[in-house]
Amino acid sequence: MSVPARAAALIVGFLIVVGLGVFTALYYIGSATTQLTTVHYPASGGQVNVVLQEDPQNDSATRPDWVSYYTQDPSSKQWVHTTLFSVPANTKVNVTIYGYDGCTPLRNNYFSQVQGTMGGTVTVSQFDQHGKEYATNDTTSVINAWSNCNVGHTFAIPDLGIFVPVASPNAQLSANNLCSSSPCTTSGNPYALETFSFMSPSQPGSYRWQCLVPCGGGFLDGNGGPMQTLGWMTGFMYVVPS
Amino acid sequence: MSETETPAVAAPEPRHGLRMLVIWFVLALAADLIIWFVCKPHLPPGAMSESARHQQFDIAVLAITGAPVVIAVLLYFIYSIVVWRARPGDDGDGPPIYGNTKVQATWIIGTSAIVLWLAVFGTVELIGPAGAGAGEGPSPIWTLAGKQSSTWTPGTNTMLQVQVIGQQWAWTYRYPQFGGMESSELYLPVDTPVTFHVTSLDVIHSFWAYKLGVKADANPGVDNVAYTTAKATGGFEVRCNELCGIWHGAMYNSGQIVSQTAFQSWASGVQAKEQANGILAALPPYALVYDPTVIPQLGKEIVNVDGITGAAGYYYGPGNPVTP
Repeated sequence: MSVPARAAALIVGFLIVVGLGVFTALYYIGSATTQLTTVHYPASGGQVNVVLQEDPQNDSATRPDWVSYYTQDPSSKQWVHTTLFSVPANTKVNVTIYGYDGCTPLRNNYFSQVQGTMGGTVTVSQFDQHGKEYATNDTTSVINAWSNCNVGHTFAIPDLGIFVPVASPNAQLSANNLCSSSPCTTSGNPYALETFSFMSPSQPGSYRWQCLVPCGGGFLDGNGGPMQTLGWMTGFMYVVPS
Repeated sequence: MSETETPAVAAPEPRHGLRMLVIWFVLALAADLIIWFVCKPHLPPGAMSESARHQQFDIAVLAITGAPVVIAVLLYFIYSIVVWRARPGDDGDGPPIYGNTKVQATWIIGTSAIVLWLAVFGTVELIGPAGAGAGEGPSPIWTLAGKQSSTWTPGTNTMLQVQVIGQQWAWTYRYPQFGGMESSELYLPVDTPVTFHVTSLDVIHSFWAYKLGVKADANPGVDNVAYTTAKATGGFEVRCNELCGIWHGAMYNSGQIVSQTAFQSWASGVQAKEQANGILAALPPYALVYDPTVIPQLGKEIVNVDGITGAAGYYYGPGNPVTP
């Protein structure tokens, strides 16, 4: 074989190998990436109402056993499996979280303290699977994750100094009667209902939020899997011009 | 009979060495003066703390040591191209090159002197500012001078103890001299020696307060000690400098250096608030390291605590590949 032919064969072979590598990488990334929906919350009267729920499982085909947040579409009231939502800038954000997952101690109990909300408090009610309210409108600045079965997950936006422990159903309900089909509903499932408010920043931007309970079961230190994946236990709050 | 030719008298060779030495001296002096007086005040990491000032000084000294060497090499290179280049029509060989003991000796002595100077200077600058702001492990060799006390009051030169706790993906800070209160913001008093005790609750992180010139690995189960003294009030940023997971890039928060009285007021206020809302009692007793699988108040491992580890509590269980 002549030198030019050998050189051409070498170049073609090299390009084939590189092409296969790029194709494999893109195919893998493409198959693993889910296009997440962003739920837009419009302001009304200078306020916006964000509604979330956290579940012990989810309805995805790929990772059904991962714990997950859901976001409620404000117009259809349907639960969307996403952790991306937008709020207007410089607006009072009222957050409601339905806590359907059971309790887990925090790695650092400091995050049992409510921070960054208006008044530094949250208001919690708890219901059993029959809809009976066994804790009513308890306004508190601490939900101690180490004293009892109290905290399921947290909702934290570190950039804004917001750290909120999210209450869970009590120990007995956590152990026996948790919601097993997502998105969970208040009918037939025990849950905690938690509300709090904060002001969205005046500057538009992307603000990451996450859970600080190590709830990535099966992963190193409980922080892999759902803990680090958008659409499950971490997300973005997009602040848009009001 | 041919006419006798008298050979042309060659012009005397200029003293190239002296020429280069003079040019080098002027350029090197100018470069060093510019580095010291113009660049130094703007060199990283600034002058917000004693360790940062030392690092800025170190970088400036390295630059004024290195600049003359760089200039010498470049000058010789350019001078050779300009002065000894082949002229048009000059097809002759260059003169043969022989060893020159004087040049070799000068080179060896010069470079040895520079390397030795940098070694001595580096050692002094590591020891002088008590580890230069770097983590020294649980038993520091070089410690910062300051009064040790279980309480902290302004104007007493008492060492402030600050524990830095890393976890995926947040920093928090405990102040044992203020009842072990904890904060997600790092407040420090100006002109006060500070001891950082850096640790982690999960994987390896690295506490990097860039403007303070402090960087120390946060390892789980390890108390890594670093020192500094803040010298100017203002804000700074704390970042994680060890790839610690997918949101490593988002692991940062802010800090403030304030006057000593403002610091005492802030720290006492946080302590009082955390005492009142009960979070101080809910925190583990202050310790240099923590085992996050144990609830000290109950004396039990988390997997064995009934009623707290509900359905979701299996995250801490032995089913996980590595217990936290």
